[in-house]
Amino acid sequence: MNNSLGNTARLVGAGLRALLVLTVVVGVLYPLAVTGFAQTVFNDKANGSEIASDGKVVGSELIGQTYDLPKKDPSDAEEAARPDLKWFQPRPSNGLGTNSVNTQYSIVLSGATNRSADNPELVQWVEGARKAVIADNHAKGYTPAPSDVPPDAVTSSGSGLDPHISPQYADLQVRRVAEKNDLEVKQVNNLVEDHTDGRTLGFMGEPRVNVLQLNVALKELTGK
Amino acid sequence: MSPFLAGVLQLLALVAALALAYRPLGDHMAGVYSSTKHLRVEKWIYKAVGADPDIGMRWPAYLRGVLAFSAVSVLFLYLLQRLQGSLPGSLGFSSIDPDQAFNTAASFVANTNWQSYYGEQAMGHVVQTGGLAVQNFVSAAVGIAVAVALIRGFARTRNGELGNFWADLVRGTVRILLPVSVIAAIVLVACGAVQNFSGIHEVGQFTGGAQQWNGGAVASQEAIKELGTNGGGYFNANSAHPFENPSPFSNLLEIFLILVIPLALTRTFGRMVGSLKQGYAILATMATIWLGFTTLMMWTEFHHGGPALELAGGAMEGKETRFGVGGSSIFAVATTLTSTGAVNSFHSSYTGFGGGITMLGMQLGEIAPGGVGSGLYGMLIMAIIAVFIAGLMVGRTPEYLGKKIGTREIKLAACYILITPALVLCFTAASMALPTPADSMTNSGAHGFSEILYAFTSGANNNGSAFAGLNADTQWFNTTIGLAMLLGRFLPMVFVLALAGSFAEQRKVPATAGTLRTEKPLFTGLLVGTIMIIAGLTYFPALALGPLAEGLAS
Repeated sequence: MNNSLGNTARLVGAGLRALLVLTVVVGVLYPLAVTGFAQTVFNDKANGSEIASDGKVVGSELIGQTYDLPKKDPSDAEEAARPDLKWFQPRPSNGLGTNSVNTQYSIVLSGATNRSADNPELVQWVEGARKAVIADNHAKGYTPAPSDVPPDAVTSSGSGLDPHISPQYADLQVRRVAEKNDLEVKQVNNLVEDHTDGRTLGFMGEPRVNVLQLNVALKELTGK
Repeated sequence: MSPFLAGVLQLLALVAALALAYRPLGDHMAGVYSSTKHLRVEKWIYKAVGADPDIGMRWPAYLRGVLAFSAVSVLFLYLLQRLQGSLPGSLGFSSIDPDQAFNTAASFVANTNWQSYYGEQAMGHVVQTGGLAVQNFVSAAVGIAVAVALIRGFARTRNGELGNFWADLVRGTVRILLPVSVIAAIVLVACGAVQNFSGIHEVGQFTGGAQQWNGGAVASQEAIKELGTNGGGYFNANSAHPFENPSPFSNLLEIFLILVIPLALTRTFGRMVGSLKQGYAILATMATIWLGFTTLMMWTEFHHGGPALELAGGAMEGKETRFGVGGSSIFAVATTLTSTGAVNSFHSSYTGFGGGITMLGMQLGEIAPGGVGSGLYGMLIMAIIAVFIAGLMVGRTPEYLGKKIGTREIKLAACYILITPALVLCFTAASMALPTPADSMTNSGAHGFSEILYAFTSGANNNGSAFAGLNADTQWFNTTIGLAMLLGRFLPMVFVLALAGSFAEQRKVPATAGTLRTEKPLFTGLLVGTIMIIAGLTYFPALALGPLAEGLAS
């Protein structure tokens, strides 16, 4: 009995030492080496691919954000956000959360809605989003048809931080954006075309438009 | 080009890349586990551990090594989380509650990476990088070690020795997982995945105000998370988060990393048992199921059934624009047919049938190609069952790779295939019968039931993905899913190692004209059929109540 207890203790000791040594190798040396290399060679990307406009950082190329009007009452957390229609609008992000544990920060909590395809609430969200997209994108001589609204315009992404919209959704917004910014439709159209990324090597992923880059370029164009 | 065609081309590119890596990686792994030489760093590690890497272990000793190392790992990871509040480098995050810390420790040691916490608000640098990511390496190395022990059981005769656990653990980590992870992590950073220790980072926004993000060693963790079929995201959104999976190319790379070791291990198997063709037959079985499931998934997702998706005109809820339906479907199948559970899109918002495919993938036992190591040993157990069934049909004593499948062997194999369904179905039934667990559901009806069935399927099969509408951070789910993960990981390992030991003691039976040719396409067909029928019969009633009901209604 004592012998087997001793054996167990020896075995557990070996297990602990193995864990500690491997922790040094793959939990300390490996991440530090990768970080050192990444910070030297890919400094910009390793730190979040930030984008500047007028010398100010305005966000990350990879992280979606909202383009809303200032709140009427900044202290009212319940006040519904109103999109600033001067700018191109991103996808809905009903799955995003705010941190509940660590309240000294206001970290963006990534996430999806996780509503099923037959969930009545999701059906309502999609219906509501479609109505809003049609109403918001009314421009002189142009009323979007319900069939013009692409799926990404009315659904939330997996991360809630999708930085992109489909080229169809960008096209749908062109007339409205042109009107609100006193620009020619053609100018805005060209802008969208310049900022449309095709599939990588022609087949990887889907064509898309980066909303932040597009809005930064739009801002330059309008000189505001 | 239509999105469907682009999806098919991405799948073909993936097949080509995996085919290119198959031989070199499979042969490299065979070399690693057959070599008698030790690298200098390995000798240093063995010295620190106090283990002699050249001692051959019989199966009880090998199993004791696996269990001792894993038990210490659970305890260490539990304490690390419980003490987080007082550790430096924790970004001021507080300690994790006992039930959640147990669940997370069990989850990462069991190669599951089920997460009932939000990565970005719960875990600081020390726990993520020094605890969770370490288990991503070593739990994967343990899985491969057990598979290699089973291979040695087939390959060796009469002495009963299965190799040395410490040597297999260290070699798998140092010679296989680490070098590939370094390369993959750097490529991921080049695509845009972050890699820093900046902590909480505040960045200005376009229309004023600021966003706060976590920085961290994300790319280095992402690489091993996929390569070791772990799946635990640095962020809550997992591989849908742009900092974890920034581009269509990184997406394909991550799917490649998920599949490459489990597939190449069939080559390692063929090499070590002395017949590459035996490995190809296993590979063909895995590939048939994987490609079949991927095709079905693409079909149902592009078809976008279900009221909300039909209204939206496409199944984009929970999916990222850069991946689209094609890149998301390929990822979803790869992650659930392996023990990965990383997600680049949220399975709960898939079509009813699509969600069913992800669940069935796990319920097959994650063997096509399965987790690193666990996929191969799970598949070899199914091969034994298939050989046994064929033997019953012709009235011969079944044998596989020259080893007799006797009473003891078939009992062990049967225990292996019963343990996971028992865990899944009993815990699901208990959760449905009790009054409070249902409060955790976000969706109601068939999908609400699916959330719970998915949770235990994912836990007991060591997958880790979720129908994430389920609020799993309750004492009930943290405890029961934690137990399901530990029992679903380590009980099967007990049976596998016992089986390996019993094969290693046998001498080889020479093949005769009456021996079932297990390297032929006929056997692959038999194996695919056995897998589908056993899993299908076991889970069909449960699936009919959940995803099938939802899919047929839409």
